[in-house]
Amino acid sequence: MKRLLLALVLFSAFACQAKEAVPDAADPAIEKRMIALSENLRCLVCQNESLAASQAELALDLKQEIREMMKKGESDKEIVAYLVHRYGDFVLYNPPVKSTTLLLWYGPFLFLGIGLVILFFTIKKRHNQIAETQLSRDEEQRAQSLLEHNQ
Amino acid sequence: MKAKFVIPLALFLVLVVFLGVGLKLNPREVPSPLIGKPAPQFELTDVHDPAKVFSSRDMLGKVWLLNVYASWCESCRDEHPLLVEFSGKRLVPIVGLDYKDKPEDARKWLDQMGNPYELSVSDLDGRVGINYGVYGVPETYVIDKSGIIRDKIIGPVTVKSLDERVIPLVKELSQ
Repeated sequence: MKRLLLALVLFSAFACQAKEAVPDAADPAIEKRMIALSENLRCLVCQNESLAASQAELALDLKQEIREMMKKGESDKEIVAYLVHRYGDFVLYNPPVKSTTLLLWYGPFLFLGIGLVILFFTIKKRHNQIAETQLSRDEEQRAQSLLEHNQ
Repeated sequence: MKAKFVIPLALFLVLVVFLGVGLKLNPREVPSPLIGKPAPQFELTDVHDPAKVFSSRDMLGKVWLLNVYASWCESCRDEHPLLVEFSGKRLVPIVGLDYKDKPEDARKWLDQMGNPYELSVSDLDGRVGINYGVYGVPETYVIDKSGIIRDKIIGPVTVKSLDERVIPLVKELSQ
C-alpha cells in the first residue's frame, strides 16, 4: 500500500512537472522578456499574483499570447496596450498617472504638505508661548559662577 | 482645547467610512474598459452543428446578450436556470459563448439543463474570450444594435441584475 502511495506521489509530481513545460518556451530570450514584462502585470483570476507567477488557466493563455506577440516583433508597449484595452488599467501593477489616479500618486505629497503646514504653525505657536524673560543681576552672577565652577 | 479631542475622532470616523465602503466593494468586479466600445468581432462554429459558422456581424441591427459559459463552470450551473427562465420571456436573443469547452460536453450540458440560447458557439482556445476581456466565467455582455458593448455583468446573473440592469437597458436600447 505504502509503495503504491509512494509511486502515486512520485508519478503525480512527474505529471505536474510535465504539465509545466510550456510550449514555445524554446526561445530563452523571448521567455526572459515575457517573464520580465508579466511580472508587472496582474493576473485577473488570482488578483494578488502577478501574471508571471500565476498558473491559472487564463494566465497561461495570456502568457502564451504575449510570447506570440513578442515573436511577431511587437514591443512591450504594444503588448501592454493590448492587455489594458481588454482588461483595463487593473492589469497594471503600476497604475498610470491620470485624472482619476492623481490622488493616488500625489496624495502622499499632499498629506506631507498638510503635515508641514501643521508643524510650522505649531512651532510658531509654541515659540510665542515661551516668553523671553530677562535675568536679574543676582541671577546672572549665580549662573556665571555656576558655569565657571563647573569648568 | 475641545477641538483637540474632536479632530482624532473625526479622522477615525472618516477612516471607518472609507474602510466600510471598501468592505462593500467586490474586488472581483473589475470594470470593463470595453463598455461603450465596439464588441470584438468573431466567427465561430455552432456548438450543435460544427459545420455552421456564426459571425457576430449577423447580430448587427439587434440588441443581444452574449453569455460566456462553460460546462465545467460551477457558477454557470447556478445562473443557468435563471437564464432559461429569462429566455422564455423572449425579450432579447441570448448568444452563448462556450468558453474553452468541448462542444460535446456543452451539448450534453444544454440537453440536461435546458438551452436558453438562440445559438451557442464554441470558443475552443479561449481567443474570443480574451478579446472580450473574459477573466471568469460566467460573464454576460449587453450589446446594442450597432454592435457596441453597453454593459457587462461579471459572474452569474441574478434576478436583481436582470431586473435592474439588463431588462431596463435592453428595453431602452430596443426603442
